[in-house]
Amino acid sequence: MFTGVDFFLIDDLLSEEERKIRQTIRQYVDEKFLPLAAEYHRKADFPLSVIPELGALGVLGVTIPERYGAAGLNHTIYGLAMQELERGDSGLRSFASVQGSLVMYPISRYGSETQKQLWLPKLASGQAVGCFGLTEPDHGSDPGGMLTKAVHTADGWLLNGSKMWITNAPIADVAVVWAQTEQGIRGFLVEKGTPGFRTQTIKGKFSLRASLTGELIFDDCLVPEANLLPEGKGLRAPLSCLNEARYGIAWGAIGAAMACYEEALDYAKNRIQFGKPIAGFQLTQHKLVEMLNEITKAQLLNLQLGRLKDQGKAQYYHISLAKRNNVDQALKIARSARTILAANGITDEYQTIRHLLNLESVFTYEGTHDIHTLIVGEHITGMGAFR
Amino acid sequence: MNIAVCVKQTPDTETRVKLTDDQKAVNESDINFILNPYDEFAVEEALKLRETNGGEVTIISLGPDRVKSAIRSALAMGADKAIHLVADKNPSDPNAVAGALAEELKTGNYDLILLGKQAIDDDHAQLPSLLGEKLGLPAVTVVVKLDINGDQVTAEREIDGAHEIVTCNLPAVIGAQRGLNEPRYASLKGIMKAKKIPIEEKPAALAADQLEIESFNYPPEKSAGKIVGDSADAVPELLRLLHEEAKVI
Ligand SMILES: Cc1cc2nc3c(=O)[nH]c(=O)nc-3n(C[C@H](O)[C@H](O)[C@H](O)COP(=O)(O)OP(=O)(O)OC[C@H]3O[C@@H](n4cnc5c(N)ncnc54)[C@H](O)[C@@H]3O)c2cc1C
Repeated sequence: MFTGVDFFLIDDLLSEEERKIRQTIRQYVDEKFLPLAAEYHRKADFPLSVIPELGALGVLGVTIPERYGAAGLNHTIYGLAMQELERGDSGLRSFASVQGSLVMYPISRYGSETQKQLWLPKLASGQAVGCFGLTEPDHGSDPGGMLTKAVHTADGWLLNGSKMWITNAPIADVAVVWAQTEQGIRGFLVEKGTPGFRTQTIKGKFSLRASLTGELIFDDCLVPEANLLPEGKGLRAPLSCLNEARYGIAWGAIGAAMACYEEALDYAKNRIQFGKPIAGFQLTQHKLVEMLNEITKAQLLNLQLGRLKDQGKAQYYHISLAKRNNVDQALKIARSARTILAANGITDEYQTIRHLLNLESVFTYEGTHDIHTLIVGEHITGMGAFR
Repeated sequence: MNIAVCVKQTPDTETRVKLTDDQKAVNESDINFILNPYDEFAVEEALKLRETNGGEVTIISLGPDRVKSAIRSALAMGADKAIHLVADKNPSDPNAVAGALAEELKTGNYDLILLGKQAIDDDHAQLPSLLGEKLGLPAVTVVVKLDINGDQVTAEREIDGAHEIVTCNLPAVIGAQRGLNEPRYASLKGIMKAKKIPIEEKPAALAADQLEIESFNYPPEKSAGKIVGDSADAVPELLRLLHEEAKVI
């Protein structure tokens, strides 16, 4: 079973329940998810069987209130859960991130009571799947320029446009879709099967293969008035959702890094070249120590970020710095681990290459590395450098 | 249905056991303790029975303070109540443990007593039978399938090369074997809820051990394996070695 490196005894800063929760998810990933990981990665598919299992564990909408069937727990626990899921695969964590932070969160924050009652319990248990449509083919880092439009008519809202790179799109029962209206950007709950709405799966991905990504296409799609998210207005609403998801990604990326580090360390101790384990060479030790170094720093960063978030003190720029640093370091760690595994490091007999490929997506989505640099840069200088 | 589940805290299955210097005990300093895996089957069965019949599941564990963590694990799976029979260590004599558990079980008016068929640390596998004897109740152990209809119990147990089907009446003692069910994972909510359930503490009514541990020894070091060949030609030699050297066939 995976133990998870804890070089600075950071576990002592967690409560017994927080440790137990991490343990139960860790065990779940070892026993139920990892046996499927390589196969689903190969066939570029998501194992649907895990969805109700994630619901039963309580990792879908960790921070959403208990009265809606979710776990209603703190952000540190949410973070630990994302770390453990991504230790399995970024695709598994992406599923939970999208469902919790990008679908349940906007419904719970911006939805009507009826929308909450209708969707949150089903999403928490995994009976229903959601997706979040913000990015468009021509508007990624700059979602404010989106072209998808919703026009208010006597019968509801008429949607036209398309959304691209949408996680879970092919399997979603409900899509949270952001569109331009006369009142600025608004969010809509578009249900599967609504006339004028279809999805298309994106093929040929070399990253995040064990996750379904697709396109949402709206062609005179009429959405009832009751499906407008009443409280969310302007670009701030979708950005607030991203803030929640990015927080989870900062934790998740380190889960992937911990998996790569453990695999590389184990491999280095057992692989013999020139008559001794390669772990005995200075160059290999340097790589391993660098990995451990960055993992340890990121673990402390995450825990402090979690505690700040639980106290209501975490700001968007804290989250940007953590997402930026942790994903970048995780990607470097995965690459370095891959070099230690050498030829074995390019096959899916080992996990490292899967994590390495996945992290390329994680580096890009939820605000690219560059965009987070600009967010933090703007905050510390007071000068925006986006345009 | 009023169900008691007796659980033991044991070292993690992946523990590399270290002995104390006098070799009379296991050195506990680096051990990660868990809920005995066979007891997980017992807890799961109790929860399933409660789901169909209603009632209450009480966890009972005997041992030092650290066993509370195993009790919490069982509560996190969904049990209702817990009793900790406090002792300064886990006795090495199963008869003493069974005596103290039986004293407690007598007071609880339980319809069913479930426990793992054995603990993975000392492997005595005696508790289900000892409890049956001390409580004057039918005891069935190594059970892989359990049906309860009213107060009629039908239990399927593993025996050498076959399954034996046994019937008895409630109240009864059942020892769970792997295969009885698939234990659920404790949910996030369950773990948080378990924290709030009070664990009732009582002194364990332990009689003196009649067994004494003389010493523990490490298993002999494994010698290196041997590759006999990589084609069908190697089979006769392999058979000869298995028969004459390894003496397993
Ligand atoms: C697997 C996967 C899943 C995804 N899931 C979802 C989802 O569920 N929902 C959703 O809405 N979106 C999703 N996305 C989309 C993702 O959020 C976008 O890809 C991301 O925002 C970047 O947009 P883009 O790819 O269009 O890149 P672009 O915005 O075109 O950026 C191209 C490059 O230019 C850089 N750049 C852009 N602007 C600036 C600037 N001002 N200054 C300096 N550099 C700049 C970027 O950093 C990048 O390097 C997903 C993407 C992937 C790969």
